[in-house]
Amino acid sequence: MFTREALLRAGLVLALGGCAGATATAPETPNLGRAASAAEVAGWDVSIAPDGRGLPPGSGTPAQGATVYAQKCQACHGEKGVGGPNDRLVGGQGTLTSATPVRTVGSYWPYATTVFDYVRRSMPFAQPHSLTNDEVYAVTAYLLQLNGIIGEGDAMNASTLPRVKMPNRDNFILVHPWKPKTP
Amino acid sequence: MRPRHRRVDQTRETAGNGLLDRRAFLTAGAGALSAGAFMALAPGEAGAAGPPETAAEMKMSGAPLSAYGSPASFEREVTRTLIRSQPGTTGAGASRSPLELLEGTITPSGLHFERHHNGVPTIDPAQHQLLIHGMVARPLIFSMASLLRYPLVSRIHFLECSGNSGVMFGANPPALTCGQVHGLVSGSEWTGVPLRLVLAEAGADSRADWILAEGADAAAMSRSVPMAKAMDDAMLALYQNGERLRPENGYPVRLFLPGYEGNMNVKWLRRIKVTDSPTMTKDETSKYTDLQADGKSLMFTYPMEVKSLITRPAPGLRMTGAGLYEVSGIAWSGRGKIRKVEVSADGGQTWADAALSPPVLAYALTRFRIPWKWNGAPTVLKSRATDDTGRVQPTRDALIAQHGANAIYHYHAIQAWRVESSGEVKNVYA
Repeated sequence: MFTREALLRAGLVLALGGCAGATATAPETPNLGRAASAAEVAGWDVSIAPDGRGLPPGSGTPAQGATVYAQKCQACHGEKGVGGPNDRLVGGQGTLTSATPVRTVGSYWPYATTVFDYVRRSMPFAQPHSLTNDEVYAVTAYLLQLNGIIGEGDAMNASTLPRVKMPNRDNFILVHPWKPKTP
Repeated sequence: MRPRHRRVDQTRETAGNGLLDRRAFLTAGAGALSAGAFMALAPGEAGAAGPPETAAEMKMSGAPLSAYGSPASFEREVTRTLIRSQPGTTGAGASRSPLELLEGTITPSGLHFERHHNGVPTIDPAQHQLLIHGMVARPLIFSMASLLRYPLVSRIHFLECSGNSGVMFGANPPALTCGQVHGLVSGSEWTGVPLRLVLAEAGADSRADWILAEGADAAAMSRSVPMAKAMDDAMLALYQNGERLRPENGYPVRLFLPGYEGNMNVKWLRRIKVTDSPTMTKDETSKYTDLQADGKSLMFTYPMEVKSLITRPAPGLRMTGAGLYEVSGIAWSGRGKIRKVEVSADGGQTWADAALSPPVLAYALTRFRIPWKWNGAPTVLKSRATDDTGRVQPTRDALIAQHGANAIYHYHAIQAWRVESSGEVKNVYA
C-alpha cells in the first residue's frame, strides 16, 4: 500500500529519470492507462507538423478550391477572402508596421501547413470535419493562390504544401528559449 | 523606512491625498474608523427607513433545504459581463468576470471568465478518453474513471486570457466597467493529476521537447507546450473549487499550466502528443502571437506578466460621498508571487504600500487593501505591482513604447481610475 506522497514521489523520480532516455519500466502509478493500438492513434492524430509530418494522401488545386470555397467558406469570409463578417483571409501584405495592421493568411501566417491543419480540424465553422482531405488541400491551395503565394496551376499535397514558404515566416521571434535538437 | 512595531497612527497619511497606513483598519479600535460604502451602479438599494424590530422573515419559516445552492436573489446583477461572440456565432468569443463586484481571490465557478473558440461541448465523462501518444514507449488511453484513481494535487491559481485588457492598447480609454475591460482573469482552486505521472507511465522520449494538447471541442483547439512545463507543474485538472470542472471550463478534464496564458490550458482535453518540436497550430501562430511596432511578432509568450487592478472603487461602482474607504484590488504574476503592491491616490505622484491579504501564493490572485480618506475632490487612483522576480508593472506609455499598440495580447500596464467629485469612477489614460 502506498501513501499518496509516495505515489507522487515515485512518479516524479521516474518522470525525471525518463529524461535520460525512454523509460524502460512502468512508473509507480496506478497504471490504468490501456495500450492504444496503432489504428486508434491513427484515428485520433489529426495534427500536422510544419515539416509536413502527418499530412494525409490527397491533392487539390486552386481552381478546385474556389468551388469548395464558394460553397463552404464565402458566407463568413467574403468573396476571395475579403469583406466577410469573419476573419479576412487574403491581402494585408505591407500593413504589419502600420497603425492598422491587417493579419491574414497571406500577410501574417508563418506556415502553410497550419492552414491545412486548421481548416481540417475546425472548418467550416458549423460543420467541422465535414470536408474531404482533397477539399482541404484544394481550399488551402485557393487561399495561398489568392494571396499570391503559389500559382494558379500549383496543386497542394503532402509533398508540395510543406515546401511553401510563407511571406511572413521570418518575422516571428521565439521568446521561449528553444531550438531543435540535431539528431 | 517605517519602523515595524510602532503604534499605527490611523489618521496619518502614508502617501498623498488621503492614503492611510495599510494597517489602520486592523489596529484601530472599534468605531474609531467607519468606512464609506461603494454602491453598485445597478438598482436595488433599499429605502432609507430602518428595518422593523422584528422583521417579517423572522415571523415565518424560511425556504426549504435545497440540493444545489444559488446566489441570493438580490445578487442577480452579479453576472458575467460583455458576452460577445464572433459574427454569426454564439460560442466563439468571451465572457468576463465582474471583477468590481467580487472580493477575495477565488472566483465563483459560475462567474469564471469564458473564452471558447467554437462553443461548449457536452461531453459524457463515461465516454470521454484521453490519448497520450507520439514520442512515447507506450501509447496509452485513459478513461476519466481511471484518472480519478491517480494521486491528486490541489493548487490555487489564476487563469488569464492573454487577450485580457487588450482594448487598453486602443487610442482612447474604453468607457466600460472594470470587469468588462479586465475580466478575462479569474482565480480558482484547481485539483488534478500531475501531468508528469501519465507522461512517465507512457514513457516519454528524452528527445521530446514539446507536447501538443488538443481539445474535444468543435474547434479542436490545440497548443504546443514545452516538455519542461509539462514535467514541472502541469496538471490534468478535474476539479475546480471543489467540484468537477464546469462545462465552460473544460469538463471533464482540462490541461492546467500555472502562470501561462489562458488558451494553452486546453479544455475538454482529448489528446496529448509528445513531439520533438512545436506543431505551430493556428492558435500559436496566427493568433496569440504579439505583433510589435517593427512588424516582427513575439511567439511563445507564455507567462502572463505582473499586473494589478484596483477593483473597488472602479468603473461599475460609484463613491458615496467623502470620507473613509477601503481601496481593494487584485494582483498576480505568471512568473511567481506578488511581492508588493503600491497604491497612489494622487495620480502617481506618491505611493503607499497596500496590505497583501494572506495567503500570497505563486501564480495566484493576491488581494491587496489600503484605507483611503477621500476628501471628495476629483483625483486619479492607481496600483502598481511588483513580483518576486523583481518585475514591476509598467506604465501604459512604457508598455506601448516597448511593444507597440498592435500587440493585442499581454497588456499588463498600470491602470488609472479617475474619481469624479460626483462619485463616478472612470477609466482614463493618466
